[in-house]
Amino acid sequence: MTPVLPAERAGLVESAATVRGRSLWVDARRRLMRNKAAVASMIVLGSVTLLAVFAPLFSPYDFDAIDFSLVQCAPAWWPDDSVLCRADGAHWFGMDAVGRDLFVRTLYGARVSLAVGLVATCVSLLIGIAYGATAGYLGGSVDNLMMRFVDILYSLPFIFFVIILMVIFDRNFILLFVAIGAVEWLTMARIVRGQTLSVKEQEFIEAARAAGVGPWGIISRHVIPNVVGPVIVYVTLTIPAVILAESFLSFLGLGIREPMTSWGVLIAEGANSLQTSPWTLIFPATFMAVTLFCFNFIGDGLRDALDPKDR
Amino acid sequence: MAEPILSARDFHVRFATPDGEVHAVRNVSFDVQPGECLGVVGESGSGKSQLFLAALGLLAANGRTAGGMLYRGQDLTKLAARDLNRIRGARITMIFQDPLTSLTPHMQIGAQIVEALRAHRKMTRAEAVRGAIESLELVRIPEARRRMRQYPHELSGGMRQRVMIAMATACGPDLLIADEPTTALDVTVQAQILDIMRDLKTKLKTSIVLISHDMGVIAAMADRVQVMRHGEFVESGTVNEVFYAPRHEYTRMLLDAIPRLDAPAGPVDAPRDGSAGHRTLLDVRDLKVHFPIRVEGWIPRYKALRAVDGVSFTLGEGETLGVVGESGCGKSTLARAVLALLPSTAGVVLWCGQELGQADREALRRLRKDIQIVFQDPLASLDPRMTIGQSIAEPLRALVPDLGRETVVARVRESMLRVGLDPAWINRYPHELSGGQNQRVGIARAMIVEPKLVVCDEAVSALDVSIQAQIVDLILSLQQRFAMSMIFVSHDLAVVRRVSHRVMVLYLGRIVEIADRDAIYKDPRHPYTRALISAVLLPDPAKSRVRLRAPLPAELPSPIDTRSALAYLPSKRIDDPDAVQYVPRLIEVGPGHLVAEHDPQ
Repeated sequence: MTPVLPAERAGLVESAATVRGRSLWVDARRRLMRNKAAVASMIVLGSVTLLAVFAPLFSPYDFDAIDFSLVQCAPAWWPDDSVLCRADGAHWFGMDAVGRDLFVRTLYGARVSLAVGLVATCVSLLIGIAYGATAGYLGGSVDNLMMRFVDILYSLPFIFFVIILMVIFDRNFILLFVAIGAVEWLTMARIVRGQTLSVKEQEFIEAARAAGVGPWGIISRHVIPNVVGPVIVYVTLTIPAVILAESFLSFLGLGIREPMTSWGVLIAEGANSLQTSPWTLIFPATFMAVTLFCFNFIGDGLRDALDPKDR
Repeated sequence: MAEPILSARDFHVRFATPDGEVHAVRNVSFDVQPGECLGVVGESGSGKSQLFLAALGLLAANGRTAGGMLYRGQDLTKLAARDLNRIRGARITMIFQDPLTSLTPHMQIGAQIVEALRAHRKMTRAEAVRGAIESLELVRIPEARRRMRQYPHELSGGMRQRVMIAMATACGPDLLIADEPTTALDVTVQAQILDIMRDLKTKLKTSIVLISHDMGVIAAMADRVQVMRHGEFVESGTVNEVFYAPRHEYTRMLLDAIPRLDAPAGPVDAPRDGSAGHRTLLDVRDLKVHFPIRVEGWIPRYKALRAVDGVSFTLGEGETLGVVGESGCGKSTLARAVLALLPSTAGVVLWCGQELGQADREALRRLRKDIQIVFQDPLASLDPRMTIGQSIAEPLRALVPDLGRETVVARVRESMLRVGLDPAWINRYPHELSGGQNQRVGIARAMIVEPKLVVCDEAVSALDVSIQAQIVDLILSLQQRFAMSMIFVSHDLAVVRRVSHRVMVLYLGRIVEIADRDAIYKDPRHPYTRALISAVLLPDPAKSRVRLRAPLPAELPSPIDTRSALAYLPSKRIDDPDAVQYVPRLIEVGPGHLVAEHDPQ
């Protein structure tokens, strides 16, 4: 006699429609959308990005076009009367010290700064996750070796490292990404490793081992998806750090090369002519500050949304 | 009748959550009389803990109460925090399930009790120290004076719970609220703690509210019982009324669901015909799993923690071997070593004649197809980021990689149906399911490759009794249908009796007794087995109030100390913690009934 299984006893048959599950990501997104500061930040950040990408296309001025007649002219609407001269109404942010349109330059700077932020962070993310998850999951002496290597890199002074790179290979756009990314991945690797160590101890990892899943399958299917939460939070906080690092290098004259520009370059120039033309500092600095604020608010919101205690 | 110590009137607890309001306690009224023990029993989520946390003003921030909770006529819900603090911790005290989290880790236990005494009773230091020692002695802590200086982490779970009780009773409270005080403890330790609590009740005349999911604990302790379900009291009465003449069908269901050691064992289907020749599937010989433990000192020294220390057994086709023992006896380690999830230190595991330790990766993969495991914690053993369908499919995808996508989905659906899950739920996530449903997912995952052996590691221990019964039935029916063998690891002797053909009792990594089910439960020979069986609480007030019959060492001794393995054979012990000790032999006392050597007691 074949025993009757509970499912058959209960007359349980396959329902027509498959129920869609509500994943943890969906939950987190819902919580994030309830966070007003984070949502406002996303809107502001989105606008800045859209402006940076599209606005220069519609502007009549080029970022490197110099108009000597308008050197250091204030925007038309500038309230202070003690300025040298005024540009016409189409130069919304006024002109810089060599007579270039500041509005277009600020947005070009945004392009560069955001691109550096995103690309360098992605570089650090990829290296950091792969490295950290491997070290954490394999553990033991492999872990020890890999993390001591990270410690050694940590102890190298970042600025010297970048300066030497810049001097040897000349100032190079790509190199900037690489240099910053190469430094930022260290922290990422440490965070991922720490998270991996705690995820590794959980029973579902053991269950996967018992199910015959190999180490790489476990890392890619179980460990990484479960460490992504804290990592995303860290990413949103890394982007502003990278933007700051780029600005810092540019401020020192090691970053982007003229006539291309970034927020850091603009702020450096603006700081030099602060007395005579304060708008050259105010506009890029405001853009950068707002962007950094937005990233931090989003990071904060994500942390709250992904917090497993809230599950 | 005297004035009640605590009485609730139309009491409600509600929680505001993002998904709407949760009405955790509905319209509850009760009285606790002086000197009585009120048992509150219910399954998880019934609101029994929240009710008393709310009574003491300890609710989470999103909780609200309505109705009255009167302590000697004073409404606790309306008291200011300062006045409430004067009652809480002094007049009404509470002990929780996990004593480690409720003791301050960086303070000596003596100092913690002294602090409470000085704060609430305005004692001088010397008086308070004396009081603390007295209260520790009252809970039968040996060498109380010396232990005053110990930190919580230096004590075992049972000792910690005693310290908690000592702390809770030191100020001479009117009412002690004990929330699952013995749930995290082993049966023998549980029996000792309950004994202490019964003693305190008569000595100190303290009223006790005992919150538990365990009908056995309630039967052993309570004078009156409230049965709680979905936030409401469904039945109340004296302990005898509720246990011997339950009126509400839920109470009857709860009582029926508990596997009882005093009832007839219930049939376990004999291993299927055809395999009656008992083809041996698994042959474990002298298996040892030692973990190196770093001992303090300038030069690091490693000692072996003998988690499994020389275990041999065989398992036939279609047979179920129950493995019982208390925490730290190595039963889970043994299960993992058999599955090759842990490397073994010595010994041989033969699966169908093939040695597991020698298996290469490919052989191991084939082997995993034959041996699967079901874990204790259903939620923790499922990846929270995967749908249950993905989790169930995992062994299939890993072990039979060349199956097509459609076949895998079809097999997953079939497997879900088999364990009583609606296949429409294939895309659901573990956090959307209940504990019992998640455990069905765990079983479906183990069963999808149709293994020959399933290891159940405390597979039903984390579930409510009613769910537990369903899952046990499910496991038994699956076993019969697929003629698989099982190793059923559990600390619950009653459940093991329900499912096993043979039972093995482990103590500190060694077998102390192994026999057929009926032999071991009816005629236990080893003193440890006897102690274990006599410590099991029956859901029967008359039978469960007898004291622990067989003597036991007060504490499970350290597995690093080689002397502790000979706790039942002190005559052969060498008094040196590192010495190589005598290994007790297993003696055959009946057909297939092996007992470890032990001194007569």
